[in-house]
Amino acid sequence: MPSILSVEQVSKIYQSGSRTVQVLDDIDFDVQEGKTMAIVGPSGSGKTTLLGLCAGLDSVSSGSVTLNSVLLNKLSEDELALVRNKYVGFVFQNFQLIPTLTALENVMVPLELRGLPGASEISEDLLSRVGLQDRMDHYPTQLSGGEQQRVAIARAFSNNPRVLFADEPTGNLDEETGKAVEELLFEINKEKGTTLVIVTHDIELANKTDQIIRLKGGKVAN
Amino acid sequence: MDKKITISQEKYSSSWPLKMAWRESRKSRGKLLLFIASISLGIAALVGITSFRENLLEEIDEQSKSLLGADFSVSDNQILPDSLFNKFVAISSSQSRETFFSSMVLFHGGGTRLTQVRALEGDYPYYGEIETVPVSAAQEFRDGRHAIVDEKLTIQYNVGVGDSVKVGDVSFEIVGKVRKIPGQSSVGSTVAPVVYIPAQFLDATGLVMKGSRINRTAYFQFDSSADTTGVWTDIKEQAEGLGFDVDTIEDKKDETGRAFKDLSAFLELIAFTALLLGCLGVASSIYVYVKSKVQAVSVLRCLGMKASQAINIYLLQVAFFGLIGSVIGCIIGVAIHLYLPEVTKSFIPIDITPKIYWPAIYVGVLMGVVISVLFGLLSLVGLRKISPLSAIRAGFESTKIQWDKLVAFIGLLVVGFIFFALWWQLKDPLYALIYTGVLIGSIFLLFGIGKGLSWGMKRVLPTSLSFVWRQGMSNLYRPNNQTVVLVTTLGLSTALLAMLYFMQDLLVQRVSMAGENERPNTVLFDIQSNQRDELHEITRDYSLPIMQDVPIVTMRLLEVNGKNKNEAWNDSTARVPGWAFNREYRVTYRDSLISSETLVKGALLGKVQNATDSIFISLSEGYAENLNVDIGDELMFNVQGAVLKTYVGSFREIDWRRVQTNFLVLFPEGVLEKAPQFHVLITRIDRSELSAMYQQAVVQQFPNISIIDLELILKTLEDVLGKVAFVIQFMALFSIGTGLVVMISAIILSRFQRMQENVLLRTIGATKNQLWKIIAAEYFFLGGLGAIAGLALATFFTGLLGTFVFEFTFVPDLLQIVVIFFVVTFSSVTIGLLNSRNIIRHSPLEVLRNEL
Repeated sequence: MPSILSVEQVSKIYQSGSRTVQVLDDIDFDVQEGKTMAIVGPSGSGKTTLLGLCAGLDSVSSGSVTLNSVLLNKLSEDELALVRNKYVGFVFQNFQLIPTLTALENVMVPLELRGLPGASEISEDLLSRVGLQDRMDHYPTQLSGGEQQRVAIARAFSNNPRVLFADEPTGNLDEETGKAVEELLFEINKEKGTTLVIVTHDIELANKTDQIIRLKGGKVAN
Repeated sequence: MDKKITISQEKYSSSWPLKMAWRESRKSRGKLLLFIASISLGIAALVGITSFRENLLEEIDEQSKSLLGADFSVSDNQILPDSLFNKFVAISSSQSRETFFSSMVLFHGGGTRLTQVRALEGDYPYYGEIETVPVSAAQEFRDGRHAIVDEKLTIQYNVGVGDSVKVGDVSFEIVGKVRKIPGQSSVGSTVAPVVYIPAQFLDATGLVMKGSRINRTAYFQFDSSADTTGVWTDIKEQAEGLGFDVDTIEDKKDETGRAFKDLSAFLELIAFTALLLGCLGVASSIYVYVKSKVQAVSVLRCLGMKASQAINIYLLQVAFFGLIGSVIGCIIGVAIHLYLPEVTKSFIPIDITPKIYWPAIYVGVLMGVVISVLFGLLSLVGLRKISPLSAIRAGFESTKIQWDKLVAFIGLLVVGFIFFALWWQLKDPLYALIYTGVLIGSIFLLFGIGKGLSWGMKRVLPTSLSFVWRQGMSNLYRPNNQTVVLVTTLGLSTALLAMLYFMQDLLVQRVSMAGENERPNTVLFDIQSNQRDELHEITRDYSLPIMQDVPIVTMRLLEVNGKNKNEAWNDSTARVPGWAFNREYRVTYRDSLISSETLVKGALLGKVQNATDSIFISLSEGYAENLNVDIGDELMFNVQGAVLKTYVGSFREIDWRRVQTNFLVLFPEGVLEKAPQFHVLITRIDRSELSAMYQQAVVQQFPNISIIDLELILKTLEDVLGKVAFVIQFMALFSIGTGLVVMISAIILSRFQRMQENVLLRTIGATKNQLWKIIAAEYFFLGGLGAIAGLALATFFTGLLGTFVFEFTFVPDLLQIVVIFFVVTFSSVTIGLLNSRNIIRHSPLEVLRNEL
């Protein structure tokens, strides 16, 4: 099976005043298309930084990241935006819905950005799939945390991404809601055949994935 | 694997950015209220004033013929020679002559009043009309011993049609009341109310005698069939060469336009101040708006939106709401324009029928949108720098305006826009350049003051202060402080507003002169030498002081350093203006200076001992500069037929604002005593009844003596100034309103910085009271320093304007400064506290959930 995400000898260094901080050091891994993977590790181990680099939100200091055969290192910010729009979906810990748009409009944004026809119908179907068919015209502040995360999941799948990145997707939810969101995420992922990369502290959630990368002090520990 | 794949970009629908901008704005419109308010107030002031100005100019244009009442007029205090008069007659179809002078008149019932007596012969006016009640009176008075009298006089002295008015030795029957005469405002008629009499009775009044100050004007209507090409110019030049003032409709139009240029320019300055504050309001409110959109933009960037697409969406919002603000501003502006003629009608001699001036509205809308986009862009381009990473890392993003080439380019566009807008408004590129330069210089200065405050506070903050004060004051220098932004915006708006107030004071101060205790308030003039003693006696009988009794001799200038008018005109090095030869000089003689004079150069010759001695005269410093003469230069005068050679002996600086008889030329004693002369007597009368009785006694005894009641003139002037000040203050309200919006926006800016730490302070146990104090301390210093910096700038620039433009020393009013300081500081603290009340009142968690 071909690799959809390939991370080779990736390092990330930040400059903090006069001090140089190495957040990631020589990271290597591949994720195969349609598989699921978890990045786990203690706070400050570089999980979120790694997710950002894999998803084209940030650039590597050295090494390379290839997503769906596109070498991200060489792309401009606008090209990276296109990569994210076509191949990537995101689910964030704090949902990150646009507060001024309704649930339906939030889901429609990635499709409309690509100029795809039928954005409204596709988004309505997805919201129905996550059980929010009656909440489509509600604004994020009118939804509970669980509902907001379901809208975020619908939005993440709306552009049929090749890879879906989830940053602590259940981190801001109570246990019961968290479980429900988790199940929904895995179910839709399976239906769509999307590759799923999750950053989590939750070992139970990580154990449900096909592959786990453990980070410690910016290095792969396993 | 390291191949680079070309990523094709699908084109989103062209209407999508509009749709997205609309959707995205639905829940944010409240946040744009400040922005809309800024643009509305600025555009309202601009549209209102521009429309008013254009309306006024248009009316002057349309009514220019009725301003003069004829095609041209020829005036002087001498009679137009028949030879010249006939030349004018040859190109005219109709002519009228008017002789006018100031004289006391006596009403039936005993009331006396200084009026402008106009003796008219002919059918003047040819354009417009003398508006009278009844209408027929304007013609009827010309036949027989009739007069028409200013309507205000008839009310004041309770006289009407059928009553009599005595002018000099003749009593006239009043046949009508004058409401309006060509070219005179209602204020003008208050200062010098008019009494029209037929010219055939002028000599019989006995008021035209040697030494009387009589003005004569001949009015002409062009004969449309006469060939005026070349001939007209020749006769005009000939008349002007003889010292006559030839006025055409164009001259009158320019003169009227010029008269209101200062007021109009000052109002335009106010309008532009409101607009500039509006720009500042736009910049700061959009900065606040963009700040609230950072998270949304970072998420949109995660979802694949390009930076330019994000900027487009918000730019569309800004342009759209800018358009709404501009339209609201135009509506308010039109309302101002409809209202202003009501207030100004008493001091502008033009009937203004308010008309909507569409170009002002188009420009207002266009300018509003351009301002919104341009000043909005300063913050909006910051969205380019928002990384999608901030969607997964809270607090990652800084939204400070970071200077780069694009921001610098927009900055240049902003400066260019201010310059060109000022040029358009002030119609003068140099003024526009100076104003723009001063504005930019002030911004840099305020920026430096803000930086200095931050730097200084860090070094001098006493550790012994209580936690609350230390916390509040250290907010001025800690990371993410808003000191520079707030000091700059508060300082600039305070400076602009304070300058408006100072300037207004300066202008009012210029004209408020007498009326104070011990200053003269009554002037009697045209006193013949043989009437002096008796007049002194009457004055003493009423226990009034003779504060000054000054002899006045009239003369004309013949030569300067041996060159007469024509020679001086042809000699480019002489630089003597034509008016110096044309005008009549009223000159006095005495052996010493008076309190309004200071000797600045040379020596004052008090008395000429022998008839053969050289005569050294003293000139006013400004007059000497105009004549381009120095000490020792020779001036030749024609004193009513006798030629007198004099030398410049000294220069005097004169305070013209003092109620004194001040003179350009002062002769020593021993020269003019025998020349025909009249006298001016100055006194002070404290009670109005006494004044009326004294005036009545003088007029009954000496009808030729005129009395000016300065109290009355001052009251009228104060009334006019009150109305002008009202117009100015009314317009300044728009600047104040916009300034307040700027202040609110600027303070809201700081909320983002302080919210999180205040919540944290509450979480770790700070009481509400402590938080209120911390916030109050911070805003007290920010507001206070902004106010001090702004007031310092305003004082400095008003001082410069006072010295170089108004030629008046500006002495700042300490009380006014203190009041402005407290108003600005108190407003800052109040807005700061109101702005933070949610953070303090609610639980920390609630605030974090709702606001962060």
